[in-house]
Amino acid sequence: MRLLTHNMLKCHVKNCTDPDKQYPLRFKDVQIEQIEYEPNEEFLVRMLPRLDWTALVKTAKDLNIAIPDSVPEDPASDQEFLQKLHTIIMETHVTEGSMVCDGCSHEYKITKGIANMLLAEHEI
Amino acid sequence: MSRPEHVAPPELFYGETEAKKYTGNSRIVAIQAEMTMRAVELLNLSDEGSYYLLDIGCGSGLSGEVLEEDGHIWVGMDIAPAMLEIAADKDVEGDLFLQDIGQGVGFRPGTFDGAISVSVLQWLCNADKTENRPRYRLQRFFSTLFMSLQRGARAVFQFYPENDTQVEMIMGIAMKCGFTGGLVVDYPNSKKARKFYLCLFAGQAAAGQRQELPQGLDSEETASGVANTETRIHNRARGKKSRKPVKDTNWILRKKELARKRGAKDVPLDSKYTGRKRKPRF
Repeated sequence: MRLLTHNMLKCHVKNCTDPDKQYPLRFKDVQIEQIEYEPNEEFLVRMLPRLDWTALVKTAKDLNIAIPDSVPEDPASDQEFLQKLHTIIMETHVTEGSMVCDGCSHEYKITKGIANMLLAEHEI
Repeated sequence: MSRPEHVAPPELFYGETEAKKYTGNSRIVAIQAEMTMRAVELLNLSDEGSYYLLDIGCGSGLSGEVLEEDGHIWVGMDIAPAMLEIAADKDVEGDLFLQDIGQGVGFRPGTFDGAISVSVLQWLCNADKTENRPRYRLQRFFSTLFMSLQRGARAVFQFYPENDTQVEMIMGIAMKCGFTGGLVVDYPNSKKARKFYLCLFAGQAAAGQRQELPQGLDSEETASGVANTETRIHNRARGKKSRKPVKDTNWILRKKELARKRGAKDVPLDSKYTGRKRKPRF
């Protein structure tokens, strides 16, 4: 799973409604893999407003990935920034481990890059 | 026509053997690709470029591969682990989730530029377990999906409705959850090629701009897919004459010659009639 997708995820357990704690899901015992992907600036610029930057910074720090603290004022023309962003959100994949919700402490397991989002009966 | 959703729940029906069969069948692959392309067309993405799309019920990534070719970034979810495993082994580019869409999709608001789904929605109408209430599951699914789409984005579902009541139920719940849109029927006059696409709009793209429901395709000529034929089609180029008998005249002559050399006495004489087929007598 790309970090981009992780940034979009939130806990969908029914009774977990605290908006501050639903995301980002905290990574636990994860393995990371870098998979090369063709840079696509247009896509990055399109996705930038949708990213939750504070959540991304928090996740990146958990995984010991260097990341700028804030988005530059004109990100579309900042080549260096886009390059960094591309490496972090498009090329960094989480392959094994789990994600934990801070709100309801539900643990979503990740195996072979596939995250298990199935819920138990009482969580629907 | 048999309906797989009557047989078993999806996660069991698409077990390892069925998943392999499904992905290995070139006819299914071709049809899925074609329907995915039509679904992407119905999404009406405004210009060329990469979009962030959700593939609901991605299975082994057959539809995802089509999205990749178009340069889109996709996220897929499916309930059958065996299908996802095949997708992971194929190294598809999309991010995969093992997820029951009836439990809702867990994405932040405004994540996706569009959602497609090929041959999935009818599965949601099943009550396989006691806690499964189709109406509730559909509502949870549509309401969370509505949230996770950008305003003005579309969700296109190709599906095989069982009857009109089912269509009404699905559309009714989708409308209740905020979607607008309707059903697009391609090739309505052809029993074989007829396809249903539920085309839903998540709000308006811009204020005062109404989204219009696209027209369904309707032309016998462009309807592709493999037609069913009762009999084998004979290759005209290889007509009756091109079929040579194994024991032709030369073979008979050679055998007779051999028999004479060995000293057989009752070998018939060779003539222009040797090895000819007798005419049918009445």
